[in-house]
Amino acid sequence: MKQLHELTIKEVLDGYQNKDFTCVDLVKHFLARIEKYNSKLNIYIALNEKVLEEAAAIDKEIIEKGITRPLQGIPFAIKDNFLTKGIVTTASSNILKDYQPQYESTVIEKIKAAGAIILGKTNMDSFAHGSSTETSDFGATLNPWNIDKLPGGSSGGSAAAIAAQLATVALGSETAGSIRQPAAWCGVTGLKPTYGRASRYGIVAMGSSLDSPGPIGRSVEDCAIVTEIISGKDSKDATTSPSLVEKYTENLYAPDLRGVRIGIVKEYLLAEMREDVKNLILDAANKLRLLGATVEEVSMMDPRFAIGVYTVIQRSEVSSNLARYDGIRFGHDRDTFCDETKRRIMLGTYTLSAGYYDAFYKKAQAVRTKIVNEFDEIFKTYDAVIGAVSPGPALSVGASKNQPMFGEMEDVLVEPSSIAGLTSVGLPCGFVDNLPIGLQVTSNQLKEGTAIKIADCFQRHTEFQLFPDLEKTV
Amino acid sequence: MKATPLIGLEVHVELETKSKMFCGCPADHFGKEPNTQTCPVCLGLPGALPVPNEKAIESCMKIGLALNCHINTLSKFDRKQYFYPDLAKGYQISQYDEPFCSDGFVLLDSGKRIGIERVHMEEDTGKLQHVVLEGKKVSLVDYNRSGVPLVEIVSRPDLSSSTEAKEYLKKVHEIIRAIDVSSADMEKGQMRLEPTVNVCLENESGIHYTPLAEIKNINSFNFASQAIDFEVKRQTEEFENTGVEKSATNKTTRGYDSIKKTTFLQRTKEEAKDYRYFPEPDIPPFIIENELIEKLKGGLPQLPDQVIASLTDLGIDPKYAKIIYGSDEALVIINKYKNDKEIDIGKLASLLANKKIDVSSNIKEEYQKATQKGNTNLNELRDVVEKIVADNPNIVAEYKKGKTNVAGFFVGQAMKETKGQADPQTLNQIISDLLNQQ
Repeated sequence: MKQLHELTIKEVLDGYQNKDFTCVDLVKHFLARIEKYNSKLNIYIALNEKVLEEAAAIDKEIIEKGITRPLQGIPFAIKDNFLTKGIVTTASSNILKDYQPQYESTVIEKIKAAGAIILGKTNMDSFAHGSSTETSDFGATLNPWNIDKLPGGSSGGSAAAIAAQLATVALGSETAGSIRQPAAWCGVTGLKPTYGRASRYGIVAMGSSLDSPGPIGRSVEDCAIVTEIISGKDSKDATTSPSLVEKYTENLYAPDLRGVRIGIVKEYLLAEMREDVKNLILDAANKLRLLGATVEEVSMMDPRFAIGVYTVIQRSEVSSNLARYDGIRFGHDRDTFCDETKRRIMLGTYTLSAGYYDAFYKKAQAVRTKIVNEFDEIFKTYDAVIGAVSPGPALSVGASKNQPMFGEMEDVLVEPSSIAGLTSVGLPCGFVDNLPIGLQVTSNQLKEGTAIKIADCFQRHTEFQLFPDLEKTV
Repeated sequence: MKATPLIGLEVHVELETKSKMFCGCPADHFGKEPNTQTCPVCLGLPGALPVPNEKAIESCMKIGLALNCHINTLSKFDRKQYFYPDLAKGYQISQYDEPFCSDGFVLLDSGKRIGIERVHMEEDTGKLQHVVLEGKKVSLVDYNRSGVPLVEIVSRPDLSSSTEAKEYLKKVHEIIRAIDVSSADMEKGQMRLEPTVNVCLENESGIHYTPLAEIKNINSFNFASQAIDFEVKRQTEEFENTGVEKSATNKTTRGYDSIKKTTFLQRTKEEAKDYRYFPEPDIPPFIIENELIEKLKGGLPQLPDQVIASLTDLGIDPKYAKIIYGSDEALVIINKYKNDKEIDIGKLASLLANKKIDVSSNIKEEYQKATQKGNTNLNELRDVVEKIVADNPNIVAEYKKGKTNVAGFFVGQAMKETKGQADPQTLNQIISDLLNQQ
C-alpha cells in the first residue's frame, strides 16, 4: 500500500471518501516529513501555523457533507511570491522579510475556495530572479535526488517539495522556465499556463508581461486538476483572458495519440547538448509515435535569440516593478536587495533610459513579435512542439555564482515559448547520471488541453515519474 | 526691442468619477480622514494590479471632444518612472506617445486659435504633510488621493500674453464644468496649472528666444497670470544682461511664490528627470471603436461658446451674453422670456448683467419698472432746467471752461426738482442744449 505522501490528488480524495485516513492524518504525516527533511533541503521557508486547525475543519466538513470540493483537504506547498493572508510572504528577499500580506492573491483564493489547505511557503530565487534558488536571501534549496545539486528555479522550493514528497501538490510561477526547469531538475511535472490564463493578482511581480502562475505536481493529472481551478478571467487582473476555461481534466486518460501532430524542433537539440540528453528527447519522440502521434522535425529560429529579447524585456519590467520597495514602507532599505536583484534593476534601468529605449526595449518587442508569429505559423500545422526543458540535468550547488546570465543559459529552451505567452507541460522523460531530465510539450495559447492530453498519455505509458528515496539521498 | 511672450499651458483636472482610476476606492478625497480610502492597488502593495476605470477614460475623451481633439483609435497606458515619497509604486501610470486625444483647439474671443497638443489620462499621487508630531518634524503620506483620475490638457505655445492665458484657462474651466466631468474647483486642487514661458525678442541683431521656464503647480488664474507676467519681465531682463538664448539643455523648472509674486528656480535641465517611459504591461492597449466616439460626441451638452453664440443671436450684447452664461439663474430667465413680445431681450440681458434686476425678483414687473419712461414734457422740463441754470452761473462757467462733466450736477438737481419723474434721456438732451446755447 502507498504511503500518505505518495498519493495523488485523486488518491487523497478517495482516501477521505473511504475513511482510510483523515486530513489531519495527512497533514501530520507531511509535517513529520518536513520536520525530518526540511532543515537539510531548505524547501519550506515558512509554515502555516494554523494548518492543523484548518485540517480539522476540513475533516468536520467531510463528515458532515461528504466531499463537495475538488481540492478538499489537499495539502499544498506555495511558492513564496504568492501573497497568503496570515502567512509571511517574502519572495525570498530580505527587503520583504517578515512581511505580512494585507490580502490574498486570486489564485490562492481560488484553491482555498476549492478546499485546499496550505502547508507552507517554499523557497525561490529572490524575487524569482534566477534558475537555481541560489539567489534566495534564505539560502539555496537542495535537490532531493542529490543534495550536491541545485533544484533549479525560480520555483525550486515548490519543485523540490514535490520531489521530496513534502506536499501533495505545489504552486509555482513561471516568467521563463521557472516552473518547467525546476520541475525538470527535480524530476516532477509542471504546467505553465498561457499568459493571462490564471490571474497574477497578488503575486509579487517579476516580469509583468510574462508571469504565469501554475502547478507543480506528481502527475500531469494533478497539474490538470489544479490548472482547471486556478484559471479564468479575474476582474482584478486586466491581462486575464475572457475565454471560458475548458475542462482540462477531460483531456486526461486518452488511450492513444492518433491524429495528433507534433513537431520536434531541430534547433532545440543544441550542438552543445549531451548526446545522452538528446537521445532521451528522441526516444520520447519515438514513444509518442508509438502512441499514434505524427512526430516530424520542424525548424524554428535559433532559441538563443530569445535570450536577448527576454533579458531586455524582463529586466526592464523588473526595474520598474521593484521601484515600490523604496525604503519608505515594508521596513527595509533598498540595499537589502541581493546582488542579482541589483544587477537586474541596473540593467533594466539602463535599457529603458532615454536614448537606449529604442535600441533595446523597442527592438526586443519587435523580435518578440517575430517569435510570436513564428509559433503561430508552426501551430497552423502542429498541435504541439516538443524538446528538452533544459540542456542538461541539475547542476551542482554553487554553479550560478558569479554567472549573471546563468538563468538565461539554463532556460534557453523555454524562453521562446514564454516570450510568446504559450502553454507548456514539463515532465520527466528519463535519467542521466541518476538525475532526471525533463521533456516539454508546448501548445498554442489557450491550448492547455492539447498539451495536457499529449503529456498525460506519454506519462501513463512510461515509467519516468519516479521519486528519490530520501533515506538514501538526504 | 519687440518682445513677444510664447506661453503654453499644462492643465491638470481631477475627474469626479465614483471610483479611482485603477481600483474601486472612492475618488472623492477632499477633506477625508487620511488613509481611509486606500486599497492594495492605490497603496502599491506587492502583487496588486491596476484595472482601468472605463468611465474615467470616457470623461477624458469627452474633454478631448469638447476641445475639438481627434480621438486616437489606438491608445495605451505607459509607466512614468520617478522617485517621490507620495508615489506609491515608484511610477505613475500615464500616457506617453499614444494619448487618448490629440490635436484640438480653443478659440479665444478675438478669434485666435490656441492649439491643444494632447489630452491624456493619468493618476494622481498621494499627498505629503509636513507636520510636527510629538515635538519632531515629520513628513506623513496620505494616500487618499493616490490613484484619483487626472486628465492633463497640454496646449501649444500659442498664447502671447497673460491676458490670453487667463482667457484660455477660463474657457477650459467653463468647458470642463459644462460637460460635467469635474467641478474643477481650484480651491480643492481639482484644477492645477503649469505655464511654460519664454520670450521672442526682436532687435537690430535679429530674433532671439529666451530659455524656456516651466512654472509648476499654480492653483489660481490670477497667480498664473502674475507668474507669467513676472517670468516675461525676468526673462527679458536676463537676456539683456546675459544674452543667453534657448537651447536644448537650458530649460528650467520654477515655482511661484504668490506672496512675493515672483517665480524661483527649482530645477535646471541637467537635473531633469529621465522618466524611462515604457508601455504599462499590466493594462492591455485600447482599441477605441468609432461607435463609442460618436456616442460620446452625441452626449455632449452645448458648450459655453455655443451657448453664448445663441444668446448673441437673440440680440444680446456679447459682453452681456458672457455674464449671463456665468449665471445659471440668469440663463434660465433669458430662456424663459426670449419669445415674450413685451420684452426686449437685449435690454433684459443688460439689466440682469448690470444687476439692475435681481434674478430672484418678479422679473416682468422689475423689467417694466426699469424700462418705464419718465416725464417727457419738453416745456415743463425746460422750465425746471432753465431755473437751475439761472441759479448756478458759476457752474455754468465751469462747463464753458471745458469741465463738461458738471452737466451731471444739473441732471441731479432737475431730478430732485421733479422728484425723479423726469425721463433721463429727455432731460439730458435739454440740459446739453441749454448749456451749449449760453
